[in-house]
Amino acid sequence: MSALTRQDINDILALVDQSDFDELRLEIGDTKIELRRRGAGQSGVAAPVAEAPAPQVAPTPKPSEATPVAAPVVASGGGSEVPAPLLGTYYSAPKPGAAPFVKVGDRVEPDTVIGIIEVMKLMNSVTADVAGIVTAIHAEDGVLVEHGQALISVQPE
Amino acid sequence: MTPIKRIFIANRGEIAVRVIKTCRALGIETVLGVSEADRDTLGAKLATRAVCLGPARATESYLSVGTVVEAAKGTGCDAIHPGYGFLSENRALAEACAEEGIVFIGPDLPHLDAVGDKLTARSHAEAAKVPLVPGGSAETVEDARKIAEEIGFPLLIKAVSGGGGRGMKRVDRMEDLESQLDLATSEAAAAFGDGRVYLERFVTVGRHVEVQILSDGETVLHVGERDCSVQRRYQKVIEEAPAPELPKALRDGLLAAAVKFARHLGYRSLGTVEFLVDMERQSFYFLEMNARIQVEHPVTEMISGLDLVAEQIAVAEGKPMTLTQDDIRLTGHAIECRLNAEDLAHEFRPAPGRVTMAWFPPMEGLRVDTHMVPGAMISPYYDSMIAKLIVHAATREEAMDRMLKALDVCVLEGVKTNAPLHHAILSEGEFRAGGVDTTYLPRFLELHGAEVCQ
Repeated sequence: MSALTRQDINDILALVDQSDFDELRLEIGDTKIELRRRGAGQSGVAAPVAEAPAPQVAPTPKPSEATPVAAPVVASGGGSEVPAPLLGTYYSAPKPGAAPFVKVGDRVEPDTVIGIIEVMKLMNSVTADVAGIVTAIHAEDGVLVEHGQALISVQPE
Repeated sequence: MTPIKRIFIANRGEIAVRVIKTCRALGIETVLGVSEADRDTLGAKLATRAVCLGPARATESYLSVGTVVEAAKGTGCDAIHPGYGFLSENRALAEACAEEGIVFIGPDLPHLDAVGDKLTARSHAEAAKVPLVPGGSAETVEDARKIAEEIGFPLLIKAVSGGGGRGMKRVDRMEDLESQLDLATSEAAAAFGDGRVYLERFVTVGRHVEVQILSDGETVLHVGERDCSVQRRYQKVIEEAPAPELPKALRDGLLAAAVKFARHLGYRSLGTVEFLVDMERQSFYFLEMNARIQVEHPVTEMISGLDLVAEQIAVAEGKPMTLTQDDIRLTGHAIECRLNAEDLAHEFRPAPGRVTMAWFPPMEGLRVDTHMVPGAMISPYYDSMIAKLIVHAATREEAMDRMLKALDVCVLEGVKTNAPLHHAILSEGEFRAGGVDTTYLPRFLELHGAEVCQ
């Protein structure tokens, strides 16, 4: 296959620009192109796995990880996702029947408690770790959440 | 009796896939707990559901009892299969399961206690009149000196809570005893959270032979023995069943002693009783009992036709055993080679990386237990064993030839493996003659290491 022309690269850039993807890796023969949208993959929750020695091939990015892109596409669920720091049963309110810690439209600070995760009768409070406005609540009250699962979305400020 | 409907698998790698295989056959759903590093593994794809337990580091995922139990509960599992290693013989897990009403697929708590602590296991063996390697526990240097005088040198210092070859020190002279004892104690405390150690005579020329036990608490059966004498630094490399060139009297003695030990405990589950066979003295000694499914269980399955994981699940469900000792017929010979991702040219150091190609075509008499597929990532966080090749044939000779062929045909590329070592051992005269002892592989490596491992 012949080498990529400048026009080809411009076309690819245009395609990526219009897409929802943050990253693109392309290999054609000996030519390798890596594109990354500004800010993508820089989030504090990027999987440590990515540091694992992976000769030749880089680990596949995790689609579910937080991607704090300043994308102007604000529909519901936009913004950055706050992941569960550990596996356990998620509680969105301090006690049964009480008002939830946060709801859509609330302002959170990095140290705002957004929920509780119970592991073997031990209650762990979860903080937002980001400042902004809550745009969506993903995790259900009283249900198991996995490590890394999105709990809420916050539109950072 | 309570039929199990959904099993939480608290393990990874090939054994997770192995357990899923049996569960699929039995119509049992599976939930696999994975770490962040294992999200894309074969097991995660094959299980009915996979949940992420935590970060790659095992202490925060696979070894976290609370997280595992919470995950099992939260996903509606009625049982936990712990596999081998990790939490397989963990008292806290079995206890938490009992509290939460989850079936622990393994022995009952008292039996975990009876065999988990090697000193307790020794006293049970004594009570069951099963022969033991001379030795005893040592809390102080004075204790150790006294025992050493009785049993002589060389001797082994072993961690009471150790296992899998970890936490052992060989001492050849009285002068070294004190320093090695200190070292062993602090290492044991760091590795197992229990600094207690004991001393045992080191039988220099011995074979490692173990007996597979299957028991529902009433009926105690053996499924023959396995020979695991080909070891490097106490890590098994090749296993086979039955044990080659073992005199009938010794074999019968071993099998009977293993059954006697399990019966003495009232043991209920799958288990393995390990012995050291002293060929010079034509005698054997009890080493320990493993209360779990073992890595090398497939060789027993190949010669018996049993699915040991299915049997283990049935016992955990409380099903009375329908098998009798006469139903267990052992035919032919089976050999297992453990393929490890390691770099033979650099002191066998682990060689993590991305597997570019993995191909294990069906061949007569070959079984492959693995989680390797093209593109699989071998992460640096866990054990380097990535596949087990198991062959079965009418005779040992044919089995060895079958294994050589399988090693030639199968493809595992992208990472370095110890396949060349297996090929060399299976071609070597002393191994082919059969009945090698645990000094075989170190000697072999000294003689042929440079050429095989380059």
